[in-house]
Amino acid sequence: MLAQSPMDILEPVGSVEGRSLWQDALRRLLRNHAAVVSMVVLTLIVLAAILAPWLSVHPFDEVYWDRIAMPPDYAENFWFGTDNNGRDLFVRCLYGARVSLAVGIAATAISLLIGVIYGAVSGFLGGKIDEAMMRLVDILYSLPFMFFVIILMVVFGRNMILLFVALGAVQWLTMARIVRGQTLSVKRKEFIEAAHAAGVSNWRIVMRHIIPNVLGPVIVYVTLTVPEVIMTESFLSFLGLGVQEPYTSWGVLISEGAGQMESAPWMLIYPALFLGVTLFCFNFIGDGLRDALDPKDR
Amino acid sequence: MTAVLEVQGLTTRFATPDGEVLAADEVGFTIGPGESLGVVGESGSGKTQIFLSIMGLLAKNGRSTGSVRYHGKEILNLPAGQLNEFRGDELAMIFQDPMTSLNPFLKISRQMTEVLREHKGLGEAEARKRGIAMLELVGIPEAARRFDMYPHEFSGGMRQRVMIAMSLLCEPDLLIADEPTTALDVTVQAQILELLARLKRELGMAIALITHDLGVVAGLCERVMVMYAGRAVEVAPADLLFRDPQHPYTKGLLLSMPRLDEAVSHHELATIPGQPPNLQALPKGCVFADRCPYVFERCRAERPALAPNAPSRLKACHLERLQ
Amino acid sequence: MSRLILRRLAIGVPTLLIIITLSFFMMRLAPGGPFDQERPLPPEIRRNVEKAYHLDESLVQQYLRYLGGLLQADFGPSYRTKDFTVGQLLVQGAPASFKVGGLAVLLATVLGLLAGIVAALRHNSWADYSVMGLAMVGIAIPSFVMAPLLSLIFGVYLAWLPAGGWGNGALPFLILPVVSLALPQVAQVARLARGAMIEQLNANYVRTARAKGLRERLVLLRHALPGAMLPVVSYLGPMTAALVTGSVVVETIFSIPGIGRYFVQAALNRDYTVVMGVVIVYACLIIVLNLIVDLLYGLIDPKVRTV
Repeated sequence: MLAQSPMDILEPVGSVEGRSLWQDALRRLLRNHAAVVSMVVLTLIVLAAILAPWLSVHPFDEVYWDRIAMPPDYAENFWFGTDNNGRDLFVRCLYGARVSLAVGIAATAISLLIGVIYGAVSGFLGGKIDEAMMRLVDILYSLPFMFFVIILMVVFGRNMILLFVALGAVQWLTMARIVRGQTLSVKRKEFIEAAHAAGVSNWRIVMRHIIPNVLGPVIVYVTLTVPEVIMTESFLSFLGLGVQEPYTSWGVLISEGAGQMESAPWMLIYPALFLGVTLFCFNFIGDGLRDALDPKDR
Repeated sequence: MTAVLEVQGLTTRFATPDGEVLAADEVGFTIGPGESLGVVGESGSGKTQIFLSIMGLLAKNGRSTGSVRYHGKEILNLPAGQLNEFRGDELAMIFQDPMTSLNPFLKISRQMTEVLREHKGLGEAEARKRGIAMLELVGIPEAARRFDMYPHEFSGGMRQRVMIAMSLLCEPDLLIADEPTTALDVTVQAQILELLARLKRELGMAIALITHDLGVVAGLCERVMVMYAGRAVEVAPADLLFRDPQHPYTKGLLLSMPRLDEAVSHHELATIPGQPPNLQALPKGCVFADRCPYVFERCRAERPALAPNAPSRLKACHLERLQ
Repeated sequence: MSRLILRRLAIGVPTLLIIITLSFFMMRLAPGGPFDQERPLPPEIRRNVEKAYHLDESLVQQYLRYLGGLLQADFGPSYRTKDFTVGQLLVQGAPASFKVGGLAVLLATVLGLLAGIVAALRHNSWADYSVMGLAMVGIAIPSFVMAPLLSLIFGVYLAWLPAGGWGNGALPFLILPVVSLALPQVAQVARLARGAMIEQLNANYVRTARAKGLRERLVLLRHALPGAMLPVVSYLGPMTAALVTGSVVVETIFSIPGIGRYFVQAALNRDYTVVMGVVIVYACLIIVLNLIVDLLYGLIDPKVRTV
């Protein structure tokens, strides 16, 4: 029996305010200038995409027969000029933004869903099942997915839903790996044992400990997946296999622009600029999140 | 006889986003030829940073001022090119974790021969011979076969022996050992310390042993320097320090060690109340004042200088004599 | 070492089989066939043609027939270009693709490593920031955007280089395609190398090397570099896959007579055998490359070898 309880001897530590992991991460993220600027720019682009119909006087599918492939004309509100069919490029870029961003987010969401479930199950179950599931992932990883996607698009034609699914299917593998890795490492951590020993319920453990730790890298990866999906969609659209008329996406616009490069360079430059800047922003934000959530991981 | 190492007023600062950290403050000590000095302190006391400063191995955001003389020559803040003449050759340093201190991608043979080839200009064959001989000296069985192995093929204790062997290749005048046994099992610990003692005897080498463990110091060191919050608070011959500590912190440390030599324990295991100070905001007076049971007014107002209080003893305390 | 090779092959062969099977059945599932043209053929002629190409047999029979042919290195005839077999087309197109691709791999690895290491050595200086900024640009701008842009700038406006064409593989015709293809990968490798090098420079064993008084150049090249190369070596696999994908587009834009260009055309034309042939070639390439990557990795990291 102790003469004194440890609680009596311990001095209060003093007024050092504790900071939660998320608050800490947010602080670090906001200190990253590139990430903050990127978030602002990205928000502007998203807003522009949403408000597209109201931002331009010209409807996106209206053909101006007398203005085929004309350079920018500020007087007539053709901010970016017109394309080969006499349509206003500015509004088409914005509508293209709608499609590209929507596809990016939707496909990423799909890959997130598949990947998280697969990875969490594999990591949680562990043992032989985990090994088998990961072996499958390894084999699938080494397949040249792009070829299958191309074949898929050729085979099943021009179906938007299929596009989402195909794009999402390409990305889920890495997501699964990340989630499984995180689940495994969190499972083993001592603080889980400590929580068990202190009598914390399983549900609480999952909510309070496992999920927050898995969430970090997943968020980072999601931010970095969206630009990849947008790039893949652009790639497919460029080859004529992705988004079809009357819809347009940046990939389609770039493809059209590339064909008219010498005579109408604006048709290439503006969509390329949109695509490039968007991808840039996502990458900066993803990097910023990665640094913010784990400063050791430079 | 010129001292091997003479340090005066060594101050080391680190620039961090949250402010400047004072890791070492006006530290001074001497190490004579063949002498062994134990540098004792808890984590954050600055004991490692002093020697990293001396060896020019500080992190990029660290700056040192003061004077460090090696055999009379000023070496503090020398550019790497000039410092390399001494480092590894006459001044050697081994580190705490042998697992990460050896390069996993290179064979041991390579990591050892390169020292001899660089500093002594030896050829490969001669360097290999000496390397193997050194491995035998530190007690590695089948040295010739093991010589061409990779670090991951050795156990922790053997790796530390390899590190020691590597540091001795050029017969240095001073070996700085930074917590060489902290990462090892207790039994292996004893073996390594035994090895160091033997080498000290046989080679007449000076040793600076950095540790937080007073027990380690007792066996090996003639003199001890106790550090707290970046300052040297007491320097004394080892036996005198243990029998008659003159600084309240030293006394606190000794009292907090469990003893096997008392038949009945007359008192509880004492602890030093409180926490070490924040190195970014050190108090004006004595750094130990907040935790010192003997504190009085002068302590908080005026910082005590490290001064002699007896022949070959120094302390930084305003108290005349500790009972 | 030989166990490693065997293990890789053990994964590689079934992977190849899966790829072939998937591609085969996916292509056949497509509505329409290789002989659907604007003018439909009279039914008898159509039946005869289909018989000649064994298209009247069951899918499984056609599949097995195809596999059998493969074992004899027979990729079958091209349905569209009637005078050539797929094998011949592949042989024709391969040199161009491998030339551009090979140079791209070289450029990406060497330039990326150099840029990354320099950035790491000058960590947090303006040199570091500008290298990383350029890397960002390279990663964010895909090759199918970079290619027409470069073609526009250097081929049309400045007219320093030919805007397209092959010129039988002469150097001026190689520069733009190789650069457009390699640029995103240069950026990736640079980022990887920089991160790895920074980590290495902070490693304990690099501190030991400095404590031993070794020359800085030795410390960097012998102690820091090997560890920094590992992530780059690991990345070679995905990098090749990415280059293969990108080559499809780059060959189209610069009119390079390579097999990437054949692929898209064949897919759109339902030229089954050509599609299959290209897929197989690229799949084999990736598998072999993964093997090489494993071996290279083992060369650097001894811990992997003794497994």
